[in-house]
Amino acid sequence: MWSGDYRFVISNLVMKDFKVRYRNMSLGVLWSLLNPLVMMAVLTFVFTRIFPNRSITNFPLFLLCGLVPWNFFSVAWSTATTSLIENTNMVKRVAVPRQIVPIAAVLSTGVHSSSQVALLLGLVLIVGNGLNIYWLWLPLIWGLGVVFVCGLGLMFSAMDVYVRDMRYIVESINLALFWFVPIFYPFTVVPEKYSPIYQFNPVAAVVLASRNILLDSKAPPNSLLYKLAFVSMVALLLGSLVFRRLKHRFYDHL
Amino acid sequence: MLLRSHLKALLQRSQRQRFYALKDVSFRIAQGENVAIVGANGAGKSTLLGLALGLAEPDNGRVEISGRIAGLLELGAGFHGDLTGRENVFLNASLLGFSKRETEGIFDRVLEFSEIADFIDEPLRTFSAGMIMRLGFSVAVNVDPDFLLVDEVLAVGDQSFQMKCFDKINQLKQTGKSLLCVSHSSAVIRRLCERALWLDHGELIADGNADDVLKMYEGRTLRPNVTS
Repeated sequence: MWSGDYRFVISNLVMKDFKVRYRNMSLGVLWSLLNPLVMMAVLTFVFTRIFPNRSITNFPLFLLCGLVPWNFFSVAWSTATTSLIENTNMVKRVAVPRQIVPIAAVLSTGVHSSSQVALLLGLVLIVGNGLNIYWLWLPLIWGLGVVFVCGLGLMFSAMDVYVRDMRYIVESINLALFWFVPIFYPFTVVPEKYSPIYQFNPVAAVVLASRNILLDSKAPPNSLLYKLAFVSMVALLLGSLVFRRLKHRFYDHL
Repeated sequence: MLLRSHLKALLQRSQRQRFYALKDVSFRIAQGENVAIVGANGAGKSTLLGLALGLAEPDNGRVEISGRIAGLLELGAGFHGDLTGRENVFLNASLLGFSKRETEGIFDRVLEFSEIADFIDEPLRTFSAGMIMRLGFSVAVNVDPDFLLVDEVLAVGDQSFQMKCFDKINQLKQTGKSLLCVSHSSAVIRRLCERALWLDHGELIADGNADDVLKMYEGRTLRPNVTS
């Protein structure tokens, strides 16, 4: 069986995605900032001029805190879902362990999103509350978000090999998530009875925890972190199981 | 497959006939043995290589391989046109199981063998098919495989490079490495392999001395009505 250097393969694949994506573009990485900036401008206009919301100070920053994680999540999930199909050439020719493919897709989206994260952190430093000790939580929280997407990516990429309509399902869920994640409204307006929907949704949990840290300068509640960690780990476990079960027939279906 | 076809199959409950790409194929390849697979298109040759490489799993039976296996099932599998030759070498070597340090260790040898020279830092899409094949072959033989699988790729290289490949494969053979290749060229097979397997409709028809099997195969192909 294949025995090799997993980290080297994954870093090469991530590097490949990154280079292929940006090599032929004159503005390179700056393009990845365009989407969140446009969304931020539009949503800020709508929710400060059309439906003014007075409870939130610094609305653009508040938005960006929700947009960046959601953006990463939706792009990573849909790229990972189609990753095996997109890389048929590699999957059918090289004996490299297949789970590397969706995971590399998630991680390269992470690299792609890091400029958006830098924009968010930069704005917090310049026009927001600035640095605080709770920033140390951020790598853990965002890391758990990545773990969650890896789980979903493994599961859906494997299913996408058999049922190619999977990507449309993912797209629809992503669209729904835009409204079910508190991106342009605060969690405090959500009625108590619906709050579990948000707390057990890792994307919403990442947004809430990031807002606690970056905007309110306080530690995220432990209960939220436990739920985030729990759901992410379950997703990874489930995703790996599904992938392992389905991978035997990839060759026939690709 | 689309959801539609799944549903259709479910609704119709059609008992589709099972198609076997390979059936009752058993053989063993010793260390230092070079074996060729011959057969018509669709006989199951590539499936056999895919099984040996671990890309597909057999429904029944076993495939056992010891040592590092390197496969060239297509010109530069995993190569990407927008990456440079150098980047593709690193990517390809990592897919074949090499670490960064190991890849750096063989890089000069790969470059020298491929004769790509100055083009190595150009995007791969500017390479000719022959150059891509040379680069792919150079990586595959330099990752020090115990078992090399080649699917009809030597056809693209020019005469002098083909000679070089033959020499390299023979050199690997001398150090106890094995080769399993698919080829439609009798000349290549006679040059490289002492043994040949003849596959027909997924079944192993003949296994033996390359010359004998080729003669049988050629006889059958030239006069298709005699035996069938």
